Amino acid sequence: MGRLVFDVAHLFAGGLVLVSFMLLYQDRMFGLLNTFALHALVVSLSVAWQAYVQSAPHLYITAVIALVVKAIIIPVALHRIIVRLGIHRTIEAVVGIGQTMLAGIGLVALSILVMLPITAQAGTLAREDLAFSLSVILLGLLMMISRRNAVSQVIGFMSIENGLILAATAAKGMPLVVEISVAFSILVALIVIGIFLFRIRERFDTVDVHALERFRGERA
Amino acid sequence: MNEPGALVASAILIIPASAAVVLALLPDDRATARLNALGTLLTFLASTALFVVRPEPGPFLIVDDVNVVFIVLTAFVGFTTSVFSASYIAHELDKGRLTPVYLRFYHGMYQMLMFAMNLALLANNVGLMWVAVELATLTTVLMVGIYRTPEALEAAWKYFILGSVGIALALFGTILVYLAARSVVGEGLDAMAWNVLVQRAGAFDPALLNLAFVFLLLGYGTKVGLAPLHAWLPDAHAEGPTPISAVLSGLLLNVALFAVLRFKMVMSANARALAPGPLMVTLGLISVLFAAFMLYRRHDIKRMFAYSSIEHMGIITFAFGMGGPLANFAGLLHMTFHSLTKSAIFFSVGHIAQVKGTQRMADIRGLTVSHPVLGWGLVLGVIAIVGLPPMGIFMSEFLIITSTFARQPLLAIALALGLLVALGALLQRLNGLAFGDPYGKDAPAQASFVPMFAHLALVLAAGIYLPPALVSWFQHVASLLR
Repeated sequence: MGRLVFDVAHLFAGGLVLVSFMLLYQDRMFGLLNTFALHALVVSLSVAWQAYVQSAPHLYITAVIALVVKAIIIPVALHRIIVRLGIHRTIEAVVGIGQTMLAGIGLVALSILVMLPITAQAGTLAREDLAFSLSVILLGLLMMISRRNAVSQVIGFMSIENGLILAATAAKGMPLVVEISVAFSILVALIVIGIFLFRIRERFDTVDVHALERFRGERA
Repeated sequence: MNEPGALVASAILIIPASAAVVLALLPDDRATARLNALGTLLTFLASTALFVVRPEPGPFLIVDDVNVVFIVLTAFVGFTTSVFSASYIAHELDKGRLTPVYLRFYHGMYQMLMFAMNLALLANNVGLMWVAVELATLTTVLMVGIYRTPEALEAAWKYFILGSVGIALALFGTILVYLAARSVVGEGLDAMAWNVLVQRAGAFDPALLNLAFVFLLLGYGTKVGLAPLHAWLPDAHAEGPTPISAVLSGLLLNVALFAVLRFKMVMSANARALAPGPLMVTLGLISVLFAAFMLYRRHDIKRMFAYSSIEHMGIITFAFGMGGPLANFAGLLHMTFHSLTKSAIFFSVGHIAQVKGTQRMADIRGLTVSHPVLGWGLVLGVIAIVGLPPMGIFMSEFLIITSTFARQPLLAIALALGLLVALGALLQRLNGLAFGDPYGKDAPAQASFVPMFAHLALVLAAGIYLPPALVSWFQHVASLLR
């Protein structure tokens, strides 16, 4: 039993890192949305597994929220926004995909090197999950800086949140925070989608963040 | 648990929260601005009651000697800013920059921000504090974007992205702190409670704490606006409504710094963990020097004072990083004076931008001639903020430099250099803004000058005579901060 517990937990956490890599090389908007839905699905499975292993039923709520909101509602909503607003279907990358992937590999290696030695006391289950979750967070950051498109930045940010949820559930017995932080991630996501994208659309013909940067108060 | 204390603590949270709901529901009317001010006044009165009674620390809320200072300061500046906001917003409505529809939204968000900041300061639970800082970020993002101009949208977007990334890093740090505490304290709420963390930090795993502090410093440091992480700050200050610039500079940066300080206390309680001081000193010094040189190239008046906020947050972080009773004392003092002075400056800048119809400094000249009260208010504010005697900031900066000089002369010289460079930049700009022949529009100012001069009078009075009760109180807090 003990062996299986670890293996399944690692499968999900490792799978999340893999999907983070997949997010990095998506060059089409809909592909990106589908991959993000997969990302959220994996994280909800991982949380559900932790809920089962730790016999912490409240974590199931987190899992369901991740599944419903991030794997279904947000991708569908973004999909509709993209169609309705006629946003460009391809994603412009700032850095080439090859270099981004190489940087991503470096970040994963870094997080494993950083996390494993210092979490020796934290218990085996938590150790690897923390290393994986730091990888997911760093990969999400990488995605945010290597894409200039507003939608992919939002998705990058939400993948960071998924990484944080993985870390929070791996820290066994952590009170309150999972529920509250998930509630907040929903709020953030709703606000981003509802207000920002529409307002940006109102004023510009593109949601490309690069277009926003033409406006600098400093240009005298 | 003593009942009156708990009542006061919950009043500080409930008043702004219910005011937010009421103001969001009330029909659009200019009188709501008064209601907004009334709500913040009540919060301020409730917060002063904390000097008399305070609740026992519970699992979620705590009132100790450290956060009382922050809470009262927040409530006070929140109140005066809402008074300023009433006249500012009335003018914006007249000009049509804001439609009445947004008034409800604006006031609701203002109270929400007050609630979030008070919650962050009162929280005894590191997770709850994180949620509160996140809420504060969210409300300010919405308020920065309220004008819906391209510039405002860019500023709000940048702030949202950088702020959220910072907040995400801080959450990871918070989780690591919990992990470090769990093996000592055990699972559950205790492992996230401040008072427990500080008491038992000595037994925590130092390696975990070190990593946690790096994430927390970078995460909350983004919100403080420390130098390599400051990119959101000037835009957010320049493009949002000026009352929000005042609250951001005067209060929200303090709240983020308060979070860093709390974790610094945990770190210092563990002898084997990394000393947090040098990290904070480095970030602080970089911020001071960077912001000081950047001040010379500003064209936008609000942006310039935003850079000045980066500089001052750098000074405060530097002081707390040096640590020790004297530097901590000076840091607290500086933080208080900076909040008062910077919000006073933004009060005057807000009205100046309104009467001149521009924020470009090249288009503003001779203010002391065309608008004597506003102009001299700005002059006084700038004299205070650059640290000229007899204003209070001179005293706190003097204390920081002398206490540093006694321990690390080279650092003191670098800091003094930054201060002088900033002084040069601000005085040079002030000369153009305040003196000479008036230029540009000279619409009469319909302003409420009371908040601005009340703040400046406090800073001046404190610079000349600091009541011994206040000194001993601050010294006590400084000794707690280590």
